[in-house]
Parts: sequence; C-alpha cells; structure tokens
Amino acid sequence: MTGTFYVQSLDLACGALVLAAVLVLWRRDLRAIVRLFAAQGVALAALVAVLGVHAHDAGLVAVAAGVGVLRGLLLPLLLRRAMRAGGAGRETEPLVNVAASLVVAALLALLAYAVTRPVVALEPSPATHAAPVAVTVVLIGFFVLVTRRRALAQVVGFLLVDNGITALAFLTTSGVPLAVELGVSLDVLLAVLVLRVLTTRMHTAFGGTDLDDLRELRD
Amino acid sequence: MTVLLLVPPVLPLLAAGLHAVFGWRRGLAWLGVPAAAGLLGAGIALAVLVSSRPRTGLGGFLRADALSAYMLIVIGAVALLASLAAPSYLAAEKAAGHATDADLRRYGVLSQAFVAAMALAVLAASLGVLWVAVEATTILTAFLVGFRRTRNATEAAWKYVVICSAGIALAFLGVVLLHFAARHAHVPASGALDWAPLVQHARALDAGVTRIAVALLVLGFGTKAGLAPMHAWLPDAHSQAPAPVSALMSGVLLSVAFYAVLRVRVIADAALGAGFTRTLLLIVALASLAVAASLLLAQRDYKRLLAYSSIEHMGLLALGTAIGTPLALTAVLLHVLGHGLAKSVAFLASGFVHQAVGSSRIEDVRGLLARGPLVAGCLAAGLLALLGFPPFSLFASELGIVRAGFDAGLGWAVGIALALLAVVLAGIGARTSLMLLGTPSGRPGPGAATFPAAPIRPAVPAALALLLGLAACAALGVTAWPLHSLLHHATAVLEGRP
Repeated sequence: MTGTFYVQSLDLACGALVLAAVLVLWRRDLRAIVRLFAAQGVALAALVAVLGVHAHDAGLVAVAAGVGVLRGLLLPLLLRRAMRAGGAGRETEPLVNVAASLVVAALLALLAYAVTRPVVALEPSPATHAAPVAVTVVLIGFFVLVTRRRALAQVVGFLLVDNGITALAFLTTSGVPLAVELGVSLDVLLAVLVLRVLTTRMHTAFGGTDLDDLRELRD
Repeated sequence: MTVLLLVPPVLPLLAAGLHAVFGWRRGLAWLGVPAAAGLLGAGIALAVLVSSRPRTGLGGFLRADALSAYMLIVIGAVALLASLAAPSYLAAEKAAGHATDADLRRYGVLSQAFVAAMALAVLAASLGVLWVAVEATTILTAFLVGFRRTRNATEAAWKYVVICSAGIALAFLGVVLLHFAARHAHVPASGALDWAPLVQHARALDAGVTRIAVALLVLGFGTKAGLAPMHAWLPDAHSQAPAPVSALMSGVLLSVAFYAVLRVRVIADAALGAGFTRTLLLIVALASLAVAASLLLAQRDYKRLLAYSSIEHMGLLALGTAIGTPLALTAVLLHVLGHGLAKSVAFLASGFVHQAVGSSRIEDVRGLLARGPLVAGCLAAGLLALLGFPPFSLFASELGIVRAGFDAGLGWAVGIALALLAVVLAGIGARTSLMLLGTPSGRPGPGAATFPAAPIRPAVPAALALLLGLAACAALGVTAWPLHSLLHHATAVLEGRP
C-alpha cells in the first residue's frame, strides 16, 4: 500500500466513523440509529484492516474481521431484537434538540483536538493524527448517553463510546494486547445482553422504556 | 505456585458451576462457605509466601505481591460472612414469595462468579485484565441488584449498569493511553500493561499522555469505587440488592475498584511526581465526603443510609491515599479491611430487619433492641464501628489517616474531612438511635403485618456471621499484629518499593 493511498483510506475510514456518530445525533428513529451504529462498526473494521495491511500484519487483519463481525453484525442484531421486544419506535423529544446537538458535536470535536495534543505530539504519524477523531466519537457517545431518554438510545450511546475507544487503541498502538481485547469484547457483548434483558423487564414493569419513568429512587 | 494462584478464582467458579447444575438445594446453599474459606486460606498462604518477593503464575498472567494477598484476605473474609448469612436470608425471601427456585439458582451462580471475578481482579498481572475483571463484576451483579424484579430494583439495576459501564469505559480510555505511553517508553510489547514493567519504566513515560491517562483511570475506577462525582448509582444499587450481595458490593467490590486506583497511583507518582494524583484524589475525597454528609443528614431509608456511609468511607480512603505517607497508606489498607467487615455486618443485620419489618424506611422501624436484641445489637455495634468508635479497627485507621495528614502538612484537608465526619456522625446517630431504641409502638410499615409481634431471630450461622465480623473488626482494632508484617510489605508495594 503506497503512502498517499494509506493516508487517504485511513482518513476515509475515520471520516465514516465520525460521520456515523454525528448522524446518530441527527436521527430520532431508533431503527435508523441502529443502522448507523452497524455502519460505524463496519467503518471501524475497515480502519483496523487498513492499519493491518499497511503494517503487513496478518494478525491485525484477522482482528479487523473479528471487530467487523462483533460491531457490524452481532451487536446491531441484538439491538434490533431488543427493539422488537421493547416495541420500539421513535425517540421521544430528546433533552437537547437536533440543531443544538450538532453544535455541541462541533464543540466536542474541538475539545477532542485540545485534549489529544500530547498524544499527537508524542508520535506524529498519520494514524495518531487521526486520534482526535476517535476521541470525538467517544465524547459524542457520552453526549448521546446523557441526553437521550429511550433505553435503547442510551445503549447505542454506550456502544459509540466503546467504538471510539477501540478506534483510539488501534490508531495509537495497533490495539491493546489480544487477551485484553478479547476480554473487552466479551464484556461489551455481555453488557449489551444484560441491558437488553433489563429493557424487557422495564417494559413489563413500567409499560415503556422511557427513562423519564426511572425516578422512584432519589433523595 | 500457579496452583495456589489459581485457587482464589477457581474455587468460587467451581461453586458457581455446581449451582448452575444442581440449583440452590438444601446442602448446596452452603457451598459458598467452603469456597470463601478456601479463598481466605489461599490469601493467607500467599501472604506468607510473597512477603519475600512477588510470585507469578499461568505464564505471567497472574501475579501476587503483598498487596494482592492482602486484598484476597479482605475478599475472603467478607465473602465468608456473606455466604454464612445467605442461606437463611434467601430462604426467607423464598418463603415471602420474593424469589423462585430459578431465582435462587441464578443467585448462586452469579454471586459465586462475582467473587471469582473480584479474586481475578486483584491477582491480574496486567492493568487490562484487571479492567476486564472489574467490568465483569458489573455485568455479574446487574441481575443481583435487580433480584426482586420490582420497579425499584429494575430501575436501580439499569442505572447501575449504565453509569458503571460508562465510568469504567473512561478507565479503559485511560488504559489505552497508558498503553500508548508505555510502548513509547520501550516497555516490551508482551507486558506493556503489566504492573511490574510499568512501575519499572514509569520514569520514562511521556508526562503529557500519562497525565490524561491517570486522570481518566482515577475517574473511571473511582466511579466503580463509588467516589464523587460519579457516585449516583451506588445508593440505588446497594439498597436494592439482597443483603449478602450488598455486603459484598459495599464491603469489598468498592475496595477492589479502589485497589486499581492505588496501583495506578504508584505508576503515576513515579512518572509525574506526587503532586498530580494528590490534587486529584484530594478533590475526589472531599467531594465524596461532602456528598455523603449532606445526603446522610436527611436520609429516610436505612439501607440508603448505609450506602452513603460507604461513599463516606471511600472518600476517607481517597484522602489517606492523597496524603500518601507510609503511615497514611498503612492506615488506608487497615481501613479497607475494617470497613469491609463492619459494613457487611451492618448490611446483613439491616437485611434481616428489612425482611422482618417489610420496609426500609427508617420511620417504620422502632424499638429494634426490644424486638431482636441480637440483630439490633449487631447493627448498633456495626454502626458504631463505621462511625469510628473504639475498640473497632476503623478508629485506629481513621486516627492514622488524620495524624498522617497533619504530619504531611495537609491539616486543612483533614480539618474539612473531620468537620464532615462530625456531620455524618450527627446524621447517622440521630436517624438510627430512634430505630434501635424508640418505643415499639411506632407507626407500622405497609408490609408489616406481623409488626410488632414477631421477634427477629436470625438462624445460627447468620448470627455467627454477624458476631464473627464484629469480633474480627474489634480484634484488629485492639491489635493488628497478625497482619503487621503483611501490612508492612503491602505498604512498601504502594510506595513503589519492590
């Protein structure tokens, strides 16, 4: 892979990654949000594959396939199932409207560039130059987590955070050690399964999955 | 060596497997007791073995030094108390129609796997594996928090999983950044997240990246340790879980998460100097104490009261760690064990009160001492221990933290902490004295059909657990000499001395 082509495909994958996150802020239809999340999973897998091909690392390309299967297929499948069980539909009015969310996303991107300066300074390579993009995805994920009111949208927020962190791990050091990566993937998968069961229980206990109903426990 | 290192996580896993196959039958309900006793025994054996040098096992995957051995003893001790009390507690839950046989089976599997995950967390040689184990505890305890499947329990479980997973995700971001810094400091790729090489190469870590990583790690593991500002899940989760699980979560899980902060601090102080983590931990400590004090004052629910007391004690641990002198660090370690014992006794006793009264509101409980002298006496003694009264070991450890604080020139922070502790004392004292003394003719709670007639008499093993916990906590307060050498070596680990 030549130098320019490598940088271009890297940037393309990172662009797709952050675009999917921003579009999650824009859309309210839960089905569309899950599709966007699946697309982001594919972009992440492509990113890892590009890094693997560039480094002539067959192991990394295999990891990319694993990432694609987990984040592009398996997790979206689980979310779709949960949606069917929870009688999905549209996000009720979010706490922050779409226009304001997009402005916040821009501010979060600036913040991401500011905090990752030491990372880029330590090793100014094309991959680490993309680190702020990964951190932007993390921050947008947190924003979705705190402003969305539907249980499923919160889960997607959590998964966006996780996608962003995974992207950062591969951009900076071609990934954490494999044993850790496997453990993390398993934890994420199980966390989503647990949240799926809890969504169903919430549906039976509260008659809906609107998180505004969760206000019995307070001081 | 590998065998001894494998015992603590594998014994509870075996118990979990047996529960999965055979359910929660009469005899099997006690399975947790030998598993916890074995864990405790392995912890003590490791404590003796690793005093000279740390041991590794399973190809470097597991590693035990004095600090790991000490944490294993804490986990074993609290798990022993919880598993002694669990059978009668769950039998009462089932009799009251709150749980089916399937629920009990799930309880057995999840609670044992939870203990195994904690044991793995403190034995992990690498920060990454520690992270995986800590996140696993969140997943395993989610359904234990939501055990009763009521609206409240489901709400608590949801908040617990979402907030803790998000918080611990921050910690993972820190792990990724620390890994990046470590690879640049020429730490070999195979062990770039292992404690020993990280501490060895700490001085070569890039300061800018390490600073972000450490802040994220402290905030992330702090979430799981119930430290402010991400503590909101704790009172809900700890008050909704069944009492033995509350005891484990409050007594050890918080400390296991704090153990990660302690380990990270060693690396951070070598890489960045002591100032950075000290400032960070001081802010977190005082914020946690302030949150706990303000919410304890008007608390109406006795289980939530105990949960806020956990936030207070985690704040004290953070304060002691911020001070960071050998005296303070030894006191922090002793405080971990003392708090684990006293808090599990208090949670177990309050669980039996809750089952008898049918309400966790403070105003529904009056004149406990007359109704169940043993349970009420143990609850009172546990609360006194948590408030730092002698002869319990929390008195000694709090005194140690305060003295070390004044010696280190952090008198102002210790002064604020002491003022907040006085507020906590007033709050808990005023709320609970009515519960314990009062006249038994108080307004009965909604589910209190039998109140005030039936006396509260826990089964013999449960009573034994309460008394054993209090006796151990008091004995450690009088003399900590059996632990003296272990505490000495563990403090050395915390100071970054090999």
